[in-house]
Amino acid sequence: MWKLLKIELFKIFKRPRTYIAFGAIAAIVFLFQIALWFDGKTYIELILSNIDASFDFSDQFKTRLLNGYFVCFAVLNILLIQMPLLVALIAGDVIAGEANMGTLRLSLTKPVSRTQYMLGKFFASSIYTVLLLLFLAVLALFGSILLFGTNDLVIFRSTSIHQMSRDDIFWRYIAAFGYAAVALTTVASLAFLLSVFAENSIGPIIATMSIVIVFTILSEMNIPLYDRTIKPYLFTTHMVAWKGFFYVRSNEEGATIKGSIENLPAILKSLSVLLIYIFLFVSSAIWIFKRKDILS
Amino acid sequence: MFIVFKRRQCSKYSLVALFFLFYFIKANAQTAEEIVQKIKMKLEKINDYEAEGKMKTNVAFIKAPLATVKVFYKKPDKLLILNQSGISFIPKGSVNININNVFVNMHAFDVIDAGRDNAGLRVIKLLPKDDTADIVLSTLYVDEKNMLVKKSKTTTKENGTYELEMNYSKFLEYGLPDKVIFSFNTKDYKLPKGITLDYDDGSEKNADKLKNKRGTVEINYKNYIINKGIDDKIFSR
Repeated sequence: MWKLLKIELFKIFKRPRTYIAFGAIAAIVFLFQIALWFDGKTYIELILSNIDASFDFSDQFKTRLLNGYFVCFAVLNILLIQMPLLVALIAGDVIAGEANMGTLRLSLTKPVSRTQYMLGKFFASSIYTVLLLLFLAVLALFGSILLFGTNDLVIFRSTSIHQMSRDDIFWRYIAAFGYAAVALTTVASLAFLLSVFAENSIGPIIATMSIVIVFTILSEMNIPLYDRTIKPYLFTTHMVAWKGFFYVRSNEEGATIKGSIENLPAILKSLSVLLIYIFLFVSSAIWIFKRKDILS
Repeated sequence: MFIVFKRRQCSKYSLVALFFLFYFIKANAQTAEEIVQKIKMKLEKINDYEAEGKMKTNVAFIKAPLATVKVFYKKPDKLLILNQSGISFIPKGSVNININNVFVNMHAFDVIDAGRDNAGLRVIKLLPKDDTADIVLSTLYVDEKNMLVKKSKTTTKENGTYELEMNYSKFLEYGLPDKVIFSFNTKDYKLPKGITLDYDDGSEKNADKLKNKRGTVEINYKNYIINKGIDDKIFSR
């Protein structure tokens, strides 16, 4: 299995298209950081404009608010919506790409079961996903800390503001990146499943992107009918649960409780939903592939 | 005959005693203007101070940790609350957490005696002489014995009503409080979900309860450094 995995990883990282995703992430993160470095005050003022009638915000407050942790959260807020598309670029290609090149039939002549073959491909896609996320973590978190320094993190939710002291943040990022890895693996497993049906990689990549876009739009819509019926079952609704690690509880006097998470059971529930989706997508892909007549 | 004489003598003495009692009370009762002047004189001893304390922010829609702050004051009305290393949400009008600022422009107010409240504190109302002033009315609750303002309420045209409660102990002789509770009006806070892209964990279902609540900022002072001089540059942050 390990040998199979190494071969699959070699195949993934041999292709130039693999590095498109790394390049795109680096470009977006750098552009965002440069923009905030030069014009972060305007961005901060835009966010604070909702409450500046009740509070005085000094220049020092704005400078401290725009710290590395805050910048990283802003980057993740934008990038983790786009990243599924980058993941689909590789995961949608793992089976369909081989079918397109005509190497699938040849590969299956080796003394490896189809289940092992599929698992090898899925794990390779998952490792690619995790590496992409680690790359993002290094650039977005450590890069932003290097550029903007550290301070308390303030999260602006729709109807509340959560502030965490600087020594209570790093572990939240580790947990959030861990969760995001599972969320993106869900997308990878969907692309992996769709890849089984196609003879070229364009179809599964575009199909995955379309599903993620439509589901994300549905997840973000605030229509009561969808809130009750569709939204709880969409994997995109649960993909944003990484943010839950930055929602804190407070005591009766409104003070943040250090090390607390506002609703951990909700995050765990979302995590379970994603794990179920991964299991369903991967097992379906294997089940279909085992019964498939490989012609190319 | 003797008894009648004694009664007449007795009532004469009572009248004299009552006369002296009224005279004594009248002589010792302070007018609202006198009280305000005495407090002002007491506070004028302070040219500047730097105080260290813990600040607790209690606003319905904000969850913030306890902050270590430094408060800088310089005559006549400069005040700065500075979080030493982190971030603190400082409410508008927080300059009023320093009672000295109320007494800066006393000549611009008419002083009205409003009697006493239930706690026995002297109630003094300050009405601005200028109709266009932002402050509509200030009410001071004064502990006459120690010449200390225990509570104040200021109603403004633009920013609602500020309330200030002060507890005195260690720095009583300077008229500086150990604990200040500043309460203020907050406006509703709401950002579109399309911008925040929130994770709906079910915790924001009661968002309506967070609307139109008053916020408070509580500062517990640990120490004061009084009249040691403060650079004006500090206040330009």
